[in-house]
Parts: sequence; structure tokens; C-alpha cells
Amino acid sequence: MSDRTIYLPRVILCRFGELFLKQGNRSRFLGRLESNVNKTLAGTGLKVSSPHGRLIIKVPEGLCSTPEETEALLLDAGDRLSRVFGLVSLSIATRTTPSIEAMCETALIEARKVLHRYDGKGEPSFKVDCRRGDKNFPMTSYEIAAKVGYHIIKALNLRVDVHNPDFSIGIELGKGTPPLVFADTRACPGGLPIGTAGRGLLLLSGGIDSPVAGWLAGKRGLSLDGIYFHSPPFVGEKTRDKILELARILGRSQAMDNVFVVPFTEIQKKLRESTKGDLSVILYRRMMMRIADRIADKTNAGLLITGENLSQVASQTVENMAIIDKAARHLVIRPLVTYDKMETVALARRLGTYETSTLPYDDCCSLFMPNNPAIAARIENVLACEVKLDVEAEADAVAERVDRVPVLV
Amino acid sequence: MLAFGYTRPRPMIYLDHAASTPPHESVLRAVDATARELFANPSSAHSEGAKAARALEGARAQVAALLGAEPRDCIFTGSGTEADALGVLGPARRARGRHVVLSAIEHPAVMGNAELLEKAGYRLTRVPPNAAGVIDPDAVAAAMQADTALVAVMLVNNELGTLQPIAAIAQKLGHTKPPHLHVDAVAAAGFLPMSVRTLGCDSIAISGHKLQGPRGVGALWMRPGAGNESLYAGGGQEKGLRSGTENLPAIVGLGLACELARKGLHERSAAVARLRDAFEESALSRVPGSRTTVPQGTPRGPHIASLAFDGLPAEPLLHALDARGVRAAAGSACASKKKGPSHVLKAIGIGDDTAVLRFSLSPETTTAELELAVALLGEAVAEIERVVNLSRPRKSRHV
Repeated sequence: MSDRTIYLPRVILCRFGELFLKQGNRSRFLGRLESNVNKTLAGTGLKVSSPHGRLIIKVPEGLCSTPEETEALLLDAGDRLSRVFGLVSLSIATRTTPSIEAMCETALIEARKVLHRYDGKGEPSFKVDCRRGDKNFPMTSYEIAAKVGYHIIKALNLRVDVHNPDFSIGIELGKGTPPLVFADTRACPGGLPIGTAGRGLLLLSGGIDSPVAGWLAGKRGLSLDGIYFHSPPFVGEKTRDKILELARILGRSQAMDNVFVVPFTEIQKKLRESTKGDLSVILYRRMMMRIADRIADKTNAGLLITGENLSQVASQTVENMAIIDKAARHLVIRPLVTYDKMETVALARRLGTYETSTLPYDDCCSLFMPNNPAIAARIENVLACEVKLDVEAEADAVAERVDRVPVLV
Repeated sequence: MLAFGYTRPRPMIYLDHAASTPPHESVLRAVDATARELFANPSSAHSEGAKAARALEGARAQVAALLGAEPRDCIFTGSGTEADALGVLGPARRARGRHVVLSAIEHPAVMGNAELLEKAGYRLTRVPPNAAGVIDPDAVAAAMQADTALVAVMLVNNELGTLQPIAAIAQKLGHTKPPHLHVDAVAAAGFLPMSVRTLGCDSIAISGHKLQGPRGVGALWMRPGAGNESLYAGGGQEKGLRSGTENLPAIVGLGLACELARKGLHERSAAVARLRDAFEESALSRVPGSRTTVPQGTPRGPHIASLAFDGLPAEPLLHALDARGVRAAAGSACASKKKGPSHVLKAIGIGDDTAVLRFSLSPETTTAELELAVALLGEAVAEIERVVNLSRPRKSRHV
């Protein structure tokens, strides 16, 4: 139990789940995941490798001068990686040598670190999990776990509980790679790597829902841009900044590359004037779809994404959504359509957009909102309003004046 | 709009001096020089420390001169808010009484700290203003109780510009063991001549960036003998009331700003008031639907004009002005949102459907700027009015 064992190399072990289902094109998904992980870690100096279908993040020699510095770097990298779609979980692990004695000692060090957190309060139970990829190792995984567990019990006098342990020690014994020993496992969002499902365009308002809808779309592998309809002076510059901040938060998950800011005031006024009021929300949204279509053409997006939700507000009815969809050439998806508000809020809190979404800057001015929006609009009436304007030409003109803002994380 | 589809660069007309003022060029130079040269700790015993301490005391004398006070009675704080907190919490905690009287139109720096006292078991009486936004001294006297520990009334209201009768209130509080009278003079200092001798209060708070000084610095004047205690412990700087190594660059900047403000203050104050009156007259005659939020004859600080527009939402109007280059402030938010008017506007009976805009001037504001601002205000009102009228097609606001 010399102190030198503390200086064994530390790595991050990343696990991915659903990718294993992808038999035929698994290498394409894995390649994309690796490149996304590399992007996430850009500037940290950490190196990514993928031996035997795992991702290992290593600290190159000479990058850190003390074990504390290494630990801080890996914890920060762990924070970043915990947002990468396609990863299911990660562990900061210690690399040791492929002998049972070394694994026992390393596992004991990891267990001591966990015990340190309990600070003498309570007697945590534990178990040892072993995965043995290297079938040439002379012991089975069960035997390794038993031996390591016994070593820890002897040294620390802890209780074993294989069903409901307070912590578990993991050992990964891969083929041709040194064994990895770890105590902590951190959850990642799962899903599929960004960029494996093409590109989408997210209609971003400043509300709680649309960033969550974007995050869910990104989770299924879509690269994303955002489009925001800005109506100065009825909303202020701070609202625009708020949208860009929401985009930046999504960008941390790589789920937002650019935001297209659309000058919407003039067309919104014209639409407002074309109706008695009841249909105005539907007219605005249909116009947003037309403009989004044009931006999607430019970005090669295959679909539009909105944060709409069935019956959340009076105008969000099946009938109205169908009429809104008819104005769009692209597929429109609404990831939150069946969510309860509480579910959406919980997700927004988890991904960190809730506080920004609830800043007191209006995302659209209520002046433009009718007192009694149509609940089930009829397409004839909508078309009768739109015929007063050349809506396609208007959309063309507005799309020409869009401002592209790259999202910098 | 010019031809060829681009917009003429708009001149910026800054009419938000009650929110923050551009620092004097000489103040910025003094801040810079102090940060470079007087970096030593004023508490240090060596000669560099002594230099820094002399600069600190020089600034204290400059601040005191603006308030007509003795330098030893002035202490520096980190902001106007902190000066208010110290002027409200300290005296109330030191007093035996457990009752606090304050005007209903106080700034959150005073109101919020009085509410902290309320949470700690003090009773609070909020004295409402009259419709013109002025506190009646008799109403303050009537709110007094046997154990009133503290009275807080601001000198100039930051939203309306109304001047409060501090001296009359001080007289009403009586001469035998009166409660501590704290005055938030943040909106008044540098625009209105004042003297601790004539105000008759026990403490006064001011802030650096409202009088063309730097941010991150304020000052509190305390009447000698008035009880106070610090908000937190530390090295015991500023007579033990405000621990922490003094922010000397900002303090020197504040001192210089006070000195610059003091010179010719009577003349400049009158000049700004004339500009303000001309602006109001012009707006009232040229912008349909505009009125002054408080009657024009109301006693006021010189630099704040508050205009009300019934039936219009404040925030869009503010943005429409902003887009035209005029920077003003709104006391209320978009009409149909929950946010509603500020506590000050509510206190004088302004409802949800009235936009109130505050235009605050400085001595550097020009007549030409104000004339242009009125024209642009007219455009902005017309733009918002068109949309408002769309929402209410049958009700025209103007016949």
C-alpha cells in the first residue's frame, strides 16, 4: 500500500448504449460520436481513443504537473461530456496493471476515496462489478470480484450488499488494454450522436418549451439551427439577447449551430390588419412556417421543430396545428406535443434553460394577440385573409433580410 | 430613411441620467491615476499608505462640502444602495423602538431593507403620497407611534422627480428624542443644492454614478451622535461602520464628481429645470395624448420629466423610442402582462393601461436634443397607437 499507487494514470471511461443496436452502420455512428466528443473537449488538451468499442479520454503526459490538476481537469471534462448525446454514462477511472494484486490495491484506493466522503458517518455497503473482456486472464469475472471484495472488506471492514449497495467498485478488464478501476458512474443524456440524423430548424421563442423541444430533437441525432422572429419595438433588444443565451445553452450540448433572426414586425402588422383578430395567431404561425421553409432550404434542414403542445394555450388545438402545417413545405415535428407542463419544466431545469426562459423579457408582445383566438380555425377563412397579401412574396422578402448569428459556446 | 435602403445613423439622445450618468472626463482620469499611483493600502503605516490615506480624506472633504457637512461625519460605501442599507438597518437595530415609518414611494434600496426589518419583527407603516407624488408631513406625523425607531423619506423621487418636504417632516418629528430620520438623496445629489443644516435629518445616502462619478461607490452622512452599527464585521475601516479596504480610485472619483457638481450648482440646477420645463411644454403641445404624470406645479428635482400616455403600453413605447435613438426609462411594463406598473406609479393611482416614461436630463443636455426627442416621441407614440387601435377597432382613442 505504498503512496506511489495514487499516481496511477487517471482516465475517463465513456459508455454508449443505443449505438450497439446499429449493426450495419455502427462505425458511422461511432465515428460521429468520437468527433463530437473531440469537439466537446477541444482546448482541454485531453486525448480521445476508442479501443474495442469504448471511448477512453486520456491525459497526455506533461499536460498536468500534479495529481490535483489532473483530477480538476477530468472533473471539468466530465461535466462537458455529461451533455454529449450518444453517451449513456461515464466514469473517471484509474488505470492499473493486469494482475489481481494491482487490481485489489487500486480498488482499495477507490473505495477509500468514497469512504472519505462519508466522513465517518454511517457504514456504507458496497459491491464489486467486474467485466472481463480479456478471456485469457486466469480468473473469471466472478472470482476477480470476490477476491477484490474480500481485500476491501479486510482493509476497511465494510459490508457487502450485492442488491442495493451504497456504492460499487467497477473493474473493466479489456483485451490488450490495462484494467480500469472506478467507483463513480455519472449519467449522460443517452440518445444518438448529433449529426447522425441530418439537420433540423428549431422555431425558438423565448419561452420554456422551444429550447426543450430542440434539446429532445438533438437527442435523436439532429444537428440544429434556430430561427427567431423578432418584432421590434414591441419587444426589446434584451429579448433577442435572451434568445441567443438560450441558443448558447443548447449549444453546450452541440444542439445549436446558428440562430437566424427574422425581422418580423412589418409582416406581423400587415397580418394583424388582414383579420378581425381571431385568426391572427394562426396567420403569424403560418407565416413563420413559410419563412422557416426558406431558411431550411438554405441550411439543408430536413424538418422544422416547434415547442407547441396540445391544448397548452387556447389556440394550440389539433385543428389549428393542422392548418399551420399546411403552410409548411417541410415536415414539422413537435417533440413536446403530448408533454404536461410539469414534465417540460422539469426537463428545462435539467438542461439549464429554465432560468433564462423565465427572465421577464417578453418573447412576443401581447399587443399582437387577439382577445379570443380561434379555437378551431377553418382553412377557408384563413386563406381568405391571406389572399389580401401576397404571402409567398412577403415570405421571400423577409427571408432575404434574415440575420445569421453563429452560436459560440 | 435614405434612398438605397439603408438607414441614416441615428444620433443617440441620452435622457436616462436618473438611471446612470456618463462620468466626467476628469473623473475618469482621476480614477485611472489613483488606481495606478495610489495602490497602497490607506491603513498601511508606511509613506505610500499615508499618501493613499491623504487622498481618501481629501475625497471625504469634497463629498462633505457638497452636503454642507463635516468630513468626519461622512463614510464611503460600495454603492448608494449600501449607504441606504446602512442608514436604515443600522439606526433601527440600535434603537429600542420596533416601529418604522417610510414613504410608500421609496426606492427598493430603502423599501427592501425596511422589509428586512419587518421580517425581523419590526412593524412597518407606509405613508402614501398625494396624487402629485408628494408626502404630506402631517401624514408622517400621524403615522408616528410611541416606539417609532426610524423614519425614511427620500429627497427626490427617482421615478417622478417629486421633491419631498424633508425639513417640514423633520420639524414634525419633534425635538425630544425624535426617531432617526434617514434621507435617500441618491436621485437628488448633484442636481439639487442641499445642506444637512437645513434638511434636519440624521443620515443621507448618495451614489457616485448618479452625479457623473464612478460606479461601485456611495457615501453616507451621519449626524454626529446618531446611533448606527455596521452590517458586517471586518478590519474596521470607515469608523468601523464599513469594513473592507477602501475602493480608493472610485472614492477619489466620487470626491471629484462632488466637487465638480458643487461649483455653480444653483445656476446649473435652475438651467436644467428650465430645459425640463421647455421639454414638457413642447411634448404636451406636439405629442397627442401626452400628459405630465404629476401636475407641473409640483415641487420637483430639476432633471426628471415624467410623461404619461393613457391607453398605451409602456415597454413597446420605450423600445420604439430606443429604435429612434432616444434612451428613456419606463416605470411600467407591457400593459397586459402581470408585471404592471411600479409601486411608485401604483401609489399615485396610475393603472395598468397607462404608459409612463421618464426622461431625465443633465446640464449637458441641449435644447436641440430635446426638440428632436419630442419629434421622435411623437413618431413612436403614433407607431404604437396604430397597433393598439388594431386591437380595439371600434374604440378610437382620439376623435
